[in-house]
Amino acid sequence: MKTERLIDMLATDGSVADHPAPSRRFGIAVLGGIAAAVVLMALGLGIRPDIGTVVHTAMFWIRVGFAVAMLGTALLAATRLARPGVTAAPGLAAIAMPVALIWCLAAFVLVHAPEGSRLALLLGHTWRVCPPLIAALSAPAFVAMFWAMRGMAPVRLRLAGAVAGLAAGAAAVIAYCLHCPEMAPPFWAVWYLSGMLIPAVAGSLLGPRFLRW
Amino acid sequence: MVSTNRMSPTVEAAEITLRDCFLAGLAGDAAQYRAFLEGLTGHMRAYLRRRLPKAQDDVEDILQETLLAVHNARHTYREGQPLTAWLHAIARYKLMDFFRAHARREALHDPFDDEHEWIFAASDDEPANARRDIGVLLETLPDRHRLPIVFVKLQGLSVAEASLASGMSESAIKVGVHRGLKALAARLRGDA
Repeated sequence: MKTERLIDMLATDGSVADHPAPSRRFGIAVLGGIAAAVVLMALGLGIRPDIGTVVHTAMFWIRVGFAVAMLGTALLAATRLARPGVTAAPGLAAIAMPVALIWCLAAFVLVHAPEGSRLALLLGHTWRVCPPLIAALSAPAFVAMFWAMRGMAPVRLRLAGAVAGLAAGAAAVIAYCLHCPEMAPPFWAVWYLSGMLIPAVAGSLLGPRFLRW
Repeated sequence: MVSTNRMSPTVEAAEITLRDCFLAGLAGDAAQYRAFLEGLTGHMRAYLRRRLPKAQDDVEDILQETLLAVHNARHTYREGQPLTAWLHAIARYKLMDFFRAHARREALHDPFDDEHEWIFAASDDEPANARRDIGVLLETLPDRHRLPIVFVKLQGLSVAEASLASGMSESAIKVGVHRGLKALAARLRGDA
């Protein structure tokens, strides 16, 4: 087919009226991913029995806030990486902010903790299972985020995959917060973040394969 | 990255003209959209011929693939963003794809460090022959993709007419065109 003919073909109708808005696609992916993670968590792990009292504590909401901030900033980066010619830097810098804040909080808690209690604050009782459980809960959100990203036009596939995975991990942490008994910021700063990084690394590995267009 | 104030007057004029055509096209004006594609084709051909001095035979193929990519990604352009930056990113992405696939020598001396070598700097309206035939690839698509493209995009039927002619529903025709062009792009890359 000659290029002229290809232009004829493409020009017949260029309008984009039928395209769902890109932001809606990511919105559906995130809400669906959180909902699926909550269901998986409730069925597989169970909501913590004292949830009724713990929701009245500030620490519970700081923890949820951290997860929400990670999700929001990862989404910001994802929507930027989804468009050709848009710089990703502001989105990536945004992701660093909740990470820096939680590390500051963790450092503050550790510095002021009594001698001998620091390791317990870092490891809690569940450090071994926390990251793999978060990774498992992130699976539906991961698929949904990749679906949303595939509908766009990312040109940096590794980074786009990583950020999509990170958003999925953060969505999973929101659900995991309803189950997890650990209330020490140092624990979150290490193990929640590790849990989110598992789907992020998976995303960077799978991006070049599945996000090509 | 790319900012408007670094454009030369020629490039800026091309940016404005092409962007107006593109936006009118997105809003449904097929003639304006054609003008955009034709303008882009000229600039892109000159750009690719400059970028690929040793692969002139591949220029028309990459050009066609890029046109299809631009069309398939047109919903990702954000109004207010420089059109040049958007097009440039797509062209680079497709070029990179080409280099990866062919592992050419050119890939070694960083052909992508061309921030100031604007797509719009020149135009070339002398087509060469493409080596891969999109028409032949189109024939390999399944009917649910092929028929909507043939009826709507090649024969110029309306969605309603295409629906009657093919026995498919109108929404299946619309989805078929959209997915079919993406499938065609995948065939062009040799993915599917």
